Amino acid sequence: MSEWQKKDLLEIRGMELSELLTILDTARAFKDILQRPIKKVPSLRGKTVVNLFIEPSTRTRISFELAAMRLSADVVGIQKEASSFRKGETLRDTALNLQAMNADFIILRHSAAGAAHFLARELDASVINAGDGAHEHPSQALLDVFTMREKLGDLRGKKVLIIGDILYSRVARSNIFALQMLGAEVTLVGPSTLVPGVFRKLGVNVSYNLDPELEAADVIQLLRIQHERQREALFPSLGEYTRLFGLTNERFERCQPDVLIMHPGPVNRGVEIASELADGKNSVIMDQVTNGLAVRMSILYLLGGGKPMIPEPANV
Amino acid sequence: MSKVIQLKNSRVLDPLQQRDEVSDLWFADGVVHETNPGGDVETIDCQGKWVCPGLIDTQVHLCEPGLTAKENIESGTTAAAAGGFTSVLALPGNAPPADDVNRIFWVQQRVQETAKVNVFLTGCASKGKEGKTLAPIGSMAQAGIVAVTDHQYCLQDNELMRRALEYSSMFNLPVMDRCRDLSLSTQGVMNEGYWSALLGMRGWPAMAEEIIVERDALLADNANARVHCMSISTAGSVQLIEQAKKKGIQITASVTPHHLLLTDEVVQSFDTKFKVDPPLRTPDDVAALRKGLREGIIDVLASDHHPHCSYEKEVEFDDAPFGVVGLETAVGIYLTHLVHSGVLSPLEWLALVTSNPAKLFQMDRGSLQSGAPADVTVIDPELVWKVTPESFLSKSRNSPFIGEELKGRAVRTFIAGRERWNLEEGLKDDE
Repeated sequence: MSEWQKKDLLEIRGMELSELLTILDTARAFKDILQRPIKKVPSLRGKTVVNLFIEPSTRTRISFELAAMRLSADVVGIQKEASSFRKGETLRDTALNLQAMNADFIILRHSAAGAAHFLARELDASVINAGDGAHEHPSQALLDVFTMREKLGDLRGKKVLIIGDILYSRVARSNIFALQMLGAEVTLVGPSTLVPGVFRKLGVNVSYNLDPELEAADVIQLLRIQHERQREALFPSLGEYTRLFGLTNERFERCQPDVLIMHPGPVNRGVEIASELADGKNSVIMDQVTNGLAVRMSILYLLGGGKPMIPEPANV
Repeated sequence: MSKVIQLKNSRVLDPLQQRDEVSDLWFADGVVHETNPGGDVETIDCQGKWVCPGLIDTQVHLCEPGLTAKENIESGTTAAAAGGFTSVLALPGNAPPADDVNRIFWVQQRVQETAKVNVFLTGCASKGKEGKTLAPIGSMAQAGIVAVTDHQYCLQDNELMRRALEYSSMFNLPVMDRCRDLSLSTQGVMNEGYWSALLGMRGWPAMAEEIIVERDALLADNANARVHCMSISTAGSVQLIEQAKKKGIQITASVTPHHLLLTDEVVQSFDTKFKVDPPLRTPDDVAALRKGLREGIIDVLASDHHPHCSYEKEVEFDDAPFGVVGLETAVGIYLTHLVHSGVLSPLEWLALVTSNPAKLFQMDRGSLQSGAPADVTVIDPELVWKVTPESFLSKSRNSPFIGEELKGRAVRTFIAGRERWNLEEGLKDDE
């Protein structure tokens, strides 16, 4: 397995397949470690990780924070409300200050696409993109494909439906690129205003009719429908959305019995998914959260110069 | 009698006269002469050089008053002289907007005191560029403005645009419009298409421009007025302007160097030097714009020089201001990518930066006819040079062409018969 070369983790697009597999394999080793009674390893002892979250997040922020702690790094968190952003300091200046305090990693969540790329150019510290606008959310896609591979094995030829607000979803973009690298077949489903036809040029299928897509799906990945988009008139109402694109109990009946149901959270119960299905036997939503920790440990470990690991026995 | 200057052995190019010949050009007392007018002659050998009417740039932000950290009249016009431009059309500033005759007078005074090239002024179409009520266009016309525009604040109210066109036509002033329907491009930062879908960025679709081009054509037709679409960027706009011209509508258009060269693919670097208004479009659009130039559908080339401080551009793409500097790179881009590459002949190119803009904005410039003001640009068409920001005379460095190798640049600029700048000595102030 090749050594990790890159300073930053910014996007899935532009990543080599070997890099993606290195992260996933090493994450499996960390998942094993996380099952042990003592879940901490010394890999990043003495290193400083800054969680710079300029946009609200709970899951991703805590997941990165725990991952860094499990690797024995010192972790500080900065959120928009408590930072000098409120005093008008620029992102660049804030990050330069953090670097001057010898931060080794900056994990950035930001509402602007490309914000992590921008910081990565300006800083010597490793920058990890924890979501930049509607662009990418690489660690989410990595934990998603990790979970799929754990349950389904090789993803070549597997059919993955991604349903919802694709236009504004960084999760969708990163997943599309990761799934394509692993040979899966991706179909995007949602209202035409949220799934413009131009996405076909990315090499995926686009469908505006959910029902005929259900039967063939190996994985159904649901995205959060954001209430705040309502004012942009991209679809008429949540009720109509659920009627056309919600994963209801009735629709679930027509799926394969072992279909995987995934959601990056937070879930709008009763909107994009029936509440029982989110908690049902096909749902791997909580596995995604658990795996997220292992994947983020793997990312931090590799960017910190750790040697790639393959756990025994290799299952894929 | 002042000194006589002789430009010797040059290739004299003047699109208005369709003149392209190796000969000498003379000037004295600030005007062009066909032959030696007699007197103390200073001869400048121009072997291998082109001697052209002084170039005109019709879209320049001088940022004075109010935004002088970016640029001021002195630095902007110095950059113009160094880029080969002897006249610029200054777009109305924002701080405060040039929407009143006293503000026009103030700028004229500063131009008088500090400008290094000729500065022609525009005035706002609406008070405060707010798009609500007409600015005092008549008074500003009497003060000497040559066009009316709210610039980047495209008038969204069709009724107001109609009245602006009708009213301006009394003074034979064109209305310059930056065609953008805001409702179709709210928060847009790049072209809507494949790359915006891939990058997850807010799109600014071609139709947001085209719907306004079409509106402007319709309103100009009804008002029997002149409208000038600034910086068109899409194949659809070229087609709409062609159709409108065929109907006899008084519509004209400009295009910028960056829209002729760059496409939206470059935005994947998230580098804010590529954030421009309108956004960079697709290869098909670039091809259509070049075809539009060749076929005479597009009338003017304009750099759309829009300086910003480094710290203003060193931010997230969404938050960065739109615009690039262009005065000092435009000629190199035009020559390398339009003339040397065979899109346009030298005379066809020059018409777009001399006689066409002079006619459109009724400037007494743009030709080398005997007796015309001796605004002259000497170009070395073969000079190979590299764009380096340190050499810019503009206060700002926000160029998308840094590091480009270009072939051809201006080497001397004369204003009214006096050398204002040359490549060896730089700016030459009045004695």
